[in-house]
Amino acid sequence: MKNRSFKVILLLVISLVAINLFGQRFPAPEFETGYEVPETQIALAKPIFYEILDIIIFLATLTLITWVIIKKRSRRAVFWISIFSLLYFGFYRKGCICPVGSLQNVTMAIFNPEYNIPLTAIIFFIAPLGYTLFFGRTFCAGVCPLGAIQDLVALRPVSLKRWLRYLLGLIPFLYLGLALLFAATGTDFIVCRYDPFVGFFRRNGTFMMLSVGGLLLLAGVFIARPYCRFLCPYGVLLNLVSRFSWKHLSIANGSCTNCKLCENACPYDAIDKPTGLEVKSDNRELVKKLMVYGFITPLLMVLTGWTVSKYHEDFAHVNFKVRLAKQMMTLDDSQITELPEEVTTFQASGTPIEELYKEAASIVHDFHVGSWIIGGFIGLVLGLTLSKLTIYQYRDEYLTNKGNCYSCARCIDYCPVK
Amino acid sequence: MKKDKIINRRDFIQTGIRTGIGAGLGIIGFGLISRSVEGKTIWQLDPAKCVQCGNCATECVLQASAVKCIHVTDMCGYCDLCSGFFRPGALELTTGAENKLCPTGAIVRTYVEEPYFEYRIIEELCNGCGKCVQNCGAFGNGSLQLQVRQDLCVNCNQCAIARSCPAEAYSRVEPETAYLLKGFEELKITD
Repeated sequence: MKNRSFKVILLLVISLVAINLFGQRFPAPEFETGYEVPETQIALAKPIFYEILDIIIFLATLTLITWVIIKKRSRRAVFWISIFSLLYFGFYRKGCICPVGSLQNVTMAIFNPEYNIPLTAIIFFIAPLGYTLFFGRTFCAGVCPLGAIQDLVALRPVSLKRWLRYLLGLIPFLYLGLALLFAATGTDFIVCRYDPFVGFFRRNGTFMMLSVGGLLLLAGVFIARPYCRFLCPYGVLLNLVSRFSWKHLSIANGSCTNCKLCENACPYDAIDKPTGLEVKSDNRELVKKLMVYGFITPLLMVLTGWTVSKYHEDFAHVNFKVRLAKQMMTLDDSQITELPEEVTTFQASGTPIEELYKEAASIVHDFHVGSWIIGGFIGLVLGLTLSKLTIYQYRDEYLTNKGNCYSCARCIDYCPVK
Repeated sequence: MKKDKIINRRDFIQTGIRTGIGAGLGIIGFGLISRSVEGKTIWQLDPAKCVQCGNCATECVLQASAVKCIHVTDMCGYCDLCSGFFRPGALELTTGAENKLCPTGAIVRTYVEEPYFEYRIIEELCNGCGKCVQNCGAFGNGSLQLQVRQDLCVNCNQCAIARSCPAEAYSRVEPETAYLLKGFEELKITD
């Protein structure tokens, strides 16, 4: 054995010397039979023209669907546009780049000035938000391929209880928070990593990815758009922006006659019923409650901030540098015979270990600060959700909930006021 | 009368917030556009940093990785005893499966003339494990190199292989320099 390794080393030394002398260990032969060396075959990515085309098609689809929803008020047209988006942005462009993921690119670009953000990512991030600000979530209705695929399978939607919707509706905020944290620290793009439908769009993927996507679609038959409502981090932003939208899809094209026909039309429970003659709770009682919630919200923020920050080291462990630094640290006090590849590569690179430790410590610090902010944000959302329960708004007609409505235009077909 | 006043106040607040959000979006948008890159950057691995750990074969989101072994033919020595083709300690130097290094049999060789053989990679079979790359680099000319095939790569926002690469060999590159093959200056690019 020893003899053999000696031979290998000898061979290596000789060949290294040979490389230095002749450039190659085994020089290219001179063929006598007229054989010609074939060319190295490599293929290029799609030219940049396609990127520009994507932006144009994206903006055109967004404009068209907004016009169809607000002016034409046609569910059929929305349906066909969503089919187009599913085929083009989904199956043809394979689900990348999508606005849902672009929020991470934008975050990373804001926190990391060296990151080269592509123009496409900026436009895909800004344009849907801009349109939503003026016309509601028309992007969700049928431009987003993730929404389109779920909209198609929502065949037997059931109505969910309000408390359940509120509770599950908190998940996207947490998801958004974590996505921002990981993107801002340049660690990972978790929204893309856990995109459930991209496997279908690529018609290729790991078992986990495809099975989670399949389960979500299956659940989506009964719980309409489960990803959009209870996971989508970009949906959080669109929801918040949409509440202040200038114009929005209206159920009745005129004044509501309270005929109740649209009551079960919405698969997403996004139609607010008229409060009618429902007895309003004692106003003084509500104000008292609001004051209590206003007082406990900061406490909640501190509590959730503290809770989330407890996990900052676990989050930071996702980062490559931090993981490597941890491995290097444990190396000193344990006798591991077989070193992980990361460690051997790092040792071979000759970078001083202090530099790595310093870098890792700074990343961990960023995670600590970030997780406090995100925790506080979750607490704020919790507090505001509670406070919202005390706000009484009088309605004498059926109205779409501007935040939750995906502008799918199903309710329009149910309304007799055309 | 009283109702009108309430609605007006609500409208006023709504308009105010809307303008605020619009301005915010505008600032973010223009701020980023001013330092954005036109088009896109694509993932590629630097063979000079690569340690052939095998993650390229297992970590890619595509089943059958977008990373393939590329044979830089100009660097090849056309050896009979190819260290990228034969398993170390192979009993016989024949093309029998038990003697081959490649687990998927993606490297084939054809006789050219005494004593030279031409080596070719069947890319459909290559899974990017890098076993041949490692041996060719250690004992041969290093003409077998791992690269992200840009026609196969779906250009994920965060490359799954890059995340687990122990050598940090992955980076985003400009489309003009789509391939980072080493020891080889001029590349003939085919579509």
